[in-house]
Amino acid sequence: MNLQVNIGGIKMKNPVATASGTFGLGREYSGFVDLNRLGAVVIKGTTLLPRLGNPAPRIAETPAGLLNAIGLENPGVEAVVEQYLPFLRQFDVPVIVNIAGDTVEDYARLAQRLDRQVGVAGLEVNISCPNVKKGGMLFGSDPDSAAEVIRGVRASTSLPVIAKLSPNVTSIAAVAESVAQAGADALSLINTLLGMAIDIRSKRPVLGNIMGGLSGPAVKPVALRAVWQVFRAVKIPILGMGGIASGEDALQFIMAGAGAVAVGTANFINPAATIDVLKGIEDYMEENNILDINDLVGAAHR
Amino acid sequence: MYNKNTAIIKNDEVMPGHWLLCLDSPDIARAASPGQFLHVRCSRTLDPLLRRPLSIYCADRERGRVYILYRAAGRGTALLAGMRPGDRLDVMGPLGKGYTLPSPGRSVAVIGGGIGAAPLFFLLSEIKAIYSGRLENVAVFLGAATGELLLASQTAALGFSPYTATDDGTVGFKGSVIDLYIDTNGSKVDRIYACGPPPMLKSLSRALGPDIRAEVSVEERMGCGVGACLSCVCKVREGAGEEFRYAHVCKDGPVFSIQDLFF
Ligand SMILES: Cc1cc2nc3c(=O)[nH]c(=O)nc-3n(C[C@H](O)[C@H](O)[C@H](O)COP(=O)(O)OP(=O)(O)OC[C@H]3O[C@@H](n4cnc5c(N)ncnc54)[C@H](O)[C@@H]3O)c2cc1C
Ligand SMILES: Cc1cc2nc3c(=O)[nH]c(=O)nc-3n(C[C@H](O)[C@H](O)[C@H](O)COP(=O)(O)O)c2cc1C
Ligand code: FES
Repeated sequence: MNLQVNIGGIKMKNPVATASGTFGLGREYSGFVDLNRLGAVVIKGTTLLPRLGNPAPRIAETPAGLLNAIGLENPGVEAVVEQYLPFLRQFDVPVIVNIAGDTVEDYARLAQRLDRQVGVAGLEVNISCPNVKKGGMLFGSDPDSAAEVIRGVRASTSLPVIAKLSPNVTSIAAVAESVAQAGADALSLINTLLGMAIDIRSKRPVLGNIMGGLSGPAVKPVALRAVWQVFRAVKIPILGMGGIASGEDALQFIMAGAGAVAVGTANFINPAATIDVLKGIEDYMEENNILDINDLVGAAHR
Repeated sequence: MYNKNTAIIKNDEVMPGHWLLCLDSPDIARAASPGQFLHVRCSRTLDPLLRRPLSIYCADRERGRVYILYRAAGRGTALLAGMRPGDRLDVMGPLGKGYTLPSPGRSVAVIGGGIGAAPLFFLLSEIKAIYSGRLENVAVFLGAATGELLLASQTAALGFSPYTATDDGTVGFKGSVIDLYIDTNGSKVDRIYACGPPPMLKSLSRALGPDIRAEVSVEERMGCGVGACLSCVCKVREGAGEEFRYAHVCKDGPVFSIQDLFF
């Protein structure tokens, strides 16, 4: 049985990765999950300089979902490289660094800094974060500015470049086509959906940042639809995510066109969710006599 | 540690609206220290989605049992209150950084407000063991809304004689536990341990001289419980002025030195 996949030049031993921001910088869950068994580890959004993030409360629970407004808290790219990547190098797993910036130049400088960095297998370019005032989703909501960021990153690195797209757009396929043309090797989708919650006792928004990004099982149908549409629009591989909590969920994304999947919010509910998703995929392949996972990619379109 | 199928031994309403849960978990009982918490899944379905952080009320290492004392505060804890002996519970833990235990004989004050006193019970049983039962130097202060919610009898059963305060004055001092502490405590203690609602911790921080060490447990909404999602932040001091940084309650806490907290 072959589980190996290739996402834009990143070779993964199986199609299950972690979603950025839900798996810290790798160490946090290492007592619960053998990182060697993962297809890839995608680490928390990283910026040029350290960022404090947003005030509390940063999360709110919704029916089968989670609103978050973390605001890209991270120690900055230098600390990530010096203090956190060495830990991940002990494992036989590709590490993908999620990068975010306020300006097109920020993204390019991050890409340059991480180029040829030992222990980095690829970059996931976050042009879809809904929780920051500058940059983030602003870039991803327009095909032209999205392409501009990706062109800047492409010119600054030889690493595989994955563009992470926002669902908060009229046509996600149009953004996908635009970043593919600008040189993205693969696409990640989806980032969170912009949402909010209100506490009727205090008559105030629950989140410190007022609005936040919705994730978890509640968003799965939206994410699946996005993967389906983008698979029809572009040729480059898709890392699918949004509400995946089981092997069955993951297989739906793969059949919609994802070459690999990432598990996010589900890690909080089940710290071994990634491994359970992987086992679910393996069981399905065994039961249905499927020899190569790649044969299932886009199966629902055929 | 992570066990999807931790057996429930008991789950009884021990005070109005409050349940005492007993779990069969020798691993957690062995590893746990006072102030740490368990991250508990209150439902097998995806709604409510997140785990709930609950402090360890005490650990019986010999029998391999762990206890949680909780208030049915909302949907998750109400579902938990509906569970019966023999049911299985999905539990992560022990998690977080707990209290620093005192060396034998040091004079300490232990101050709990409401359900916040839950983790202090575990602390008191450890202190009792460390002090070989000689408890003259341990002053316990308990506050609650009403007399029936005081954990006074539980504390007395350990051999402590707590000072008590209630909001309605039905038992003990009428008013806040911090006012009671200030009224009572003429003598200086080496260290204070406290847990309770944010206003209580704030007034404790005001009442303290700069040279008394106090360790307090803080609550914040949690996602992962292990430091991965960065949702459970509280402000801690960075330097002397108004500068702060965010600490993560699940990993850097829940117990912090009160001097570090930014109120
Ligand atoms: C480290 C720690 C230890 C705790 N120990 C205890 C304990 O020993 N006994 C006890 O009764 N309670 C304890 N709490 C509070 C307990 O976690 C909340 O009462 C519980 O999560 C409420 O969930 P619910 O579904 O019943 O309420 P809901 O109101 O439905 O909860 C909705 C959301 O808000 C969060 N939330 C609500 N209240 C709190 C709170 N006070 N702190 C953090 N998040 C909250 C919930 O986790 C959930 O995500 C502790 C909290 C923390 C952070
Ligand atoms: C707490 C939290 C933090 C996140 N941080 C980031 C981030 O830093 N960068 C990013 O590109 N996506 C971030 N995301 C989005 C996830 O990577 C993922 O795209 C989204 O949550 C959908 O997947 P899920 O439903 O499986 O969680 C975050 C999501 C959550 C819940
Ligand atoms: S709850 Fe996730 S970092 Fe604390």
